[in-house]
Amino acid sequence: MATSAATPSGPPGGLALRVSAALFRRAWLRAVLLLGAPGAWFVLIYLLALVILFVSAFWTVDSFTGNLVHSWTLSNFKTLVDDPVYRAIALRTIVIAAAVTVTDALLAFPFAFFAARIASPRTRAALFVAVLMPLWSSYLVRVYAWRLILDRDGIANWALAQVGLGPQHIAYTNVAMWLVFSYIWLPFMVLPVWTAIERVPDSLLEASSDLGARGWQTFRRVLLPMVLPGVMAGSIFTFSLTLGDFITPTLVGGAGSDFIGNVVYNNVGVSSNVPFAAAFATVPVIVMGIYLVIARRLGAFDAL
Amino acid sequence: MRARASRGRRESTSQWRGLAGVAAVTLASIVITACGGSSAASNHTKVMTKIGKGEGVLNVIAWEGYTQPQWVKPFEQQTGCQVNAKYAGSSDEMVTLMRQGGDSQYDLVSASGDASLRLIRGGDVAPVNVNLIPDWKNFIPQLKSPAHNTVNGVHYGISLQWGPNTLLYNTQKVKPAPNSWSVIYSPKYKGEITVPDNPIQIADAALYLSKTKPSLGITDPYELTQKQLGAAVSLLKQQRPLIVKYWALASDEIDLFKNGNAVVGASWPYQTNTLIAAHAPVKDLIPVQGATGWADTWMLASHAKHPNCAYMWMKYVSTPKVQAEQAISFGETPANTLACPDMNKIQKGACAQYHANAPASYFDSIRFWKTPTTRCDNGQSDCTDYNDWQQKWTEIKG
Repeated sequence: MATSAATPSGPPGGLALRVSAALFRRAWLRAVLLLGAPGAWFVLIYLLALVILFVSAFWTVDSFTGNLVHSWTLSNFKTLVDDPVYRAIALRTIVIAAAVTVTDALLAFPFAFFAARIASPRTRAALFVAVLMPLWSSYLVRVYAWRLILDRDGIANWALAQVGLGPQHIAYTNVAMWLVFSYIWLPFMVLPVWTAIERVPDSLLEASSDLGARGWQTFRRVLLPMVLPGVMAGSIFTFSLTLGDFITPTLVGGAGSDFIGNVVYNNVGVSSNVPFAAAFATVPVIVMGIYLVIARRLGAFDAL
Repeated sequence: MRARASRGRRESTSQWRGLAGVAAVTLASIVITACGGSSAASNHTKVMTKIGKGEGVLNVIAWEGYTQPQWVKPFEQQTGCQVNAKYAGSSDEMVTLMRQGGDSQYDLVSASGDASLRLIRGGDVAPVNVNLIPDWKNFIPQLKSPAHNTVNGVHYGISLQWGPNTLLYNTQKVKPAPNSWSVIYSPKYKGEITVPDNPIQIADAALYLSKTKPSLGITDPYELTQKQLGAAVSLLKQQRPLIVKYWALASDEIDLFKNGNAVVGASWPYQTNTLIAAHAPVKDLIPVQGATGWADTWMLASHAKHPNCAYMWMKYVSTPKVQAEQAISFGETPANTLACPDMNKIQKGACAQYHANAPASYFDSIRFWKTPTTRCDNGQSDCTDYNDWQQKWTEIKG
């Protein structure tokens, strides 16, 4: 990589030349210039915010005045562990995030396979636009649209009644949240899977069938292992985006549909208990950390 | 490709070590600085003696429906104060908005009785000179210097309106017409009931229990012992599977009723009026067990940037005409006793309908929102405070 850096060209002796020569000799200077600004941003804004968050999780709030009490205590974490409500909420968040991820993977795989390997170039372009189209409109608009679809008198119930499955209570339930999340994050799964399927050489699939493998065997033993990193990369998006969301549960969730994000939001915006919110916010950080370790084992980062 | 990837990984590991070092240093410095500083609430605002020239802007935190164009537009034209409103869904949210720097960002807050004392004690609101509000002397006696906004004779705001939390139902789906709160605790309308997402809702359950289970000995729904709170909480936990959604904003509940997802629920008269205006088949009532209710106060933020506009607003909304307009629009009762003729002018019989001419006993029949504290009226301090209520509410909603 070092040899591919720009070589001096043009008349000798100019300032530009001396600068580029100096840069050429000092690899570390190049790195500092390139990474200085984004690095400072990363450390100051991103890491610092996380650190402050984590530190404040060990403080408490004076219930009478609402002021922060800066004495170290584990009481916030103790409440989280001892109180079954918060365990239930964390579990609900993780289970729905996992369900959404699996659903999106199952939906994205055949779609991406068709788009990448079967469709004509024209259809492929149309499909690409179709995947990205929902991202052009506001997240809120799309969630509200789902509210109309799932209403008691909405399209979903009308369609179910047509096939004799009667009106169902879908609106404002965990099922509604699962449907909406799966819809909202689907593009983030389709795109990496699409890329991964596109990368598989035709020759490998042909060789597999030449050697007598049936379609299913080729899929399971050739295609799937090569596309799995792409699925894992997509799952990082769908899982983490669901894990941190609080808007969809607010809008389409019902009684007993709170996510970790809702508890955090309520503690900051309603009860003014930032330390407890910070303590609960560390849960998704830990879950995501574990998830990323697993994803790395499965090769998700090779596909990026 | 493999080889390149693994080299990249090795490099990134050493970079990570460097970053970790930086992070450790920053962490240490944050801890040191953060532990040093602690702010104390202070109140520098002097009570105004004269309303000066308007500042051109007025920022308020209000209940949904309290800043309708009908009376905001004329105010803006008269005074040149542009009104910016932020709706809050609960008293807790109002208190939090004011505490998190809102006392300098906002000028006024329409606090209910369960928020006003918290704001006064927290130093978020400033004393108000009632002599600058000519209509104040026409207020009903109970709302001139009520305990929820007047401390030791110092006024911290101007009373506005009051009213009950009602039972709202769909007249086509709920038959026979309900007359008891029991309808929102019974499985008959499972999955079609909605109640506010607000810890103060525990008081509604306590009020219901005070009439249906006298053995618990509940005399005041805001003063509950551990045992009484436990009974209210277990009633609300039984109610949870019946709830389609806990509503946070009034517009949420309006949507739920409009789209047929809810047919009965706890409500404010504002939702009823909005739904009836949209030709939805709904009705509301105060059930036989009585009702909780609110008495709201416009309170002046302690660091208000536009105090003149704020005083102009408090003066304006206290006048009989605006009191009448808001009372009918929201479905509540005005504090100003002179609002009656104006109400009848807007809508025939409105004065009687919204209880503006009702005797004092009607006012006393409503259990107005107040903040639960450990001190009970019986002199003992074994009551549950608002922190307990908030925790229990999280537990109920699960």
